[in-house]
Amino acid sequence: MKSKKIFSAAQKSMRAILNSLPILLGVVLLVGLLNSLIPKSFYTTLFSQNLFLDSVVGSALGSVLVGNPITSYVLAGEMLQQGVSLVAVTAFLVAWVTVGVVQFPAEAILLGRRFAVWRNVLSFFFSILVALFTVAILSFF
Amino acid sequence: MKPFYFIGFVLVAYFAAAFFDSAAVFDSLEFSGNLLLKILPILLLVFGVMFIFNFFVTPEIITKNLAKSSGFRRWVIAIGGGIISTGPIYLWYPLLRELKKYGVSDGFVAAFLYSRAIKPFLFPVMIFYFGWAYAFTLTVVMILMSFGEGVIIERLNLKSVK
Repeated sequence: MKSKKIFSAAQKSMRAILNSLPILLGVVLLVGLLNSLIPKSFYTTLFSQNLFLDSVVGSALGSVLVGNPITSYVLAGEMLQQGVSLVAVTAFLVAWVTVGVVQFPAEAILLGRRFAVWRNVLSFFFSILVALFTVAILSFF
Repeated sequence: MKPFYFIGFVLVAYFAAAFFDSAAVFDSLEFSGNLLLKILPILLLVFGVMFIFNFFVTPEIITKNLAKSSGFRRWVIAIGGGIISTGPIYLWYPLLRELKKYGVSDGFVAAFLYSRAIKPFLFPVMIFYFGWAYAFTLTVVMILMSFGEGVIIERLNLKSVK
C-alpha cells in the first residue's frame, strides 16, 4: 500500500516535470540568446532623469530582461553609480524578478493565460509603485 | 501556445541570430548550457518538493487548509513560501499548476510569485550596493505589495486553470 503510494507520488511528480521540460528548455535558450545579444552598457543609456519616466523605463527594462537576481543587483548598482535615479533602479530591480516577458509563454501554458496576463500587468505597475514608495519612505530617514 | 511551438520559436530565433552574429549564438548556447547545469539541481529540488507534496498532501487536505481558508495564515504561507523558494520562477510553475488544480486560488499563487522577488540569501549583495535602510524598506514594501497583488488577483476571480 505504502510502496504503491510512493510510486504514484513519484510518477505524478515526474510527469509534471517532464511535461514542462520543453518549455523550461525554451526559456533557458531564450535567456542565453538575450544575454549575448544585449550588451550591458546599453542599459545605462536609456534613462532621462525624469523620475516617473525613468521608473517606467526601469520597470520595462526589468520586465524584458531575465537572469539570476544577483545579475540585476550588480547591473542596478552600476546604473546607480552612473547617475540613474534610485526610483528607476528600484523599479528595474523589482520588475526583473516579478515581471517575466520571456517566461510569459511558460506561465500562460502552465498557469493559465488570463492569470499570466493579469499577474504580469499588475506586477509591472506594482514595480513602479514599489519604487516610488521605497524611495519616498527612505527620504524620511 | 503549445510547448513545442514555443521551443520551435526559440530555435527559429537562434537560426535568425546566426545569420547576423554566429559568435553570439555560440556564446548564447554556452551560456544556456551553463545555466541548464546550474538549474538541474534546483529542478531535482522541485521534483523532491513535488514528490513530498504528492505523497503527504492529498487534494482534500489542500482544499481544506488552503483553498477554502481565507484567513491571514494562508497569506503568510503564500508570501513566506515565495520568500524561501529558490531557483528561476519558471521551475515553480509545474508545482503551482498542481496546486491550482487542487483548488488553491489564483491570489495565493500570485502572492507566492510576487514575494519570490524577496531574496534573503542575496541581502549581503543588496546591502553592499544600496545599504541597510534600503534593503529593509524594499523588503517591507515588497511583502505588502505581495499581499496587495494576491488580493487583487483573488478579487478578479480568473479561474484560469481547470
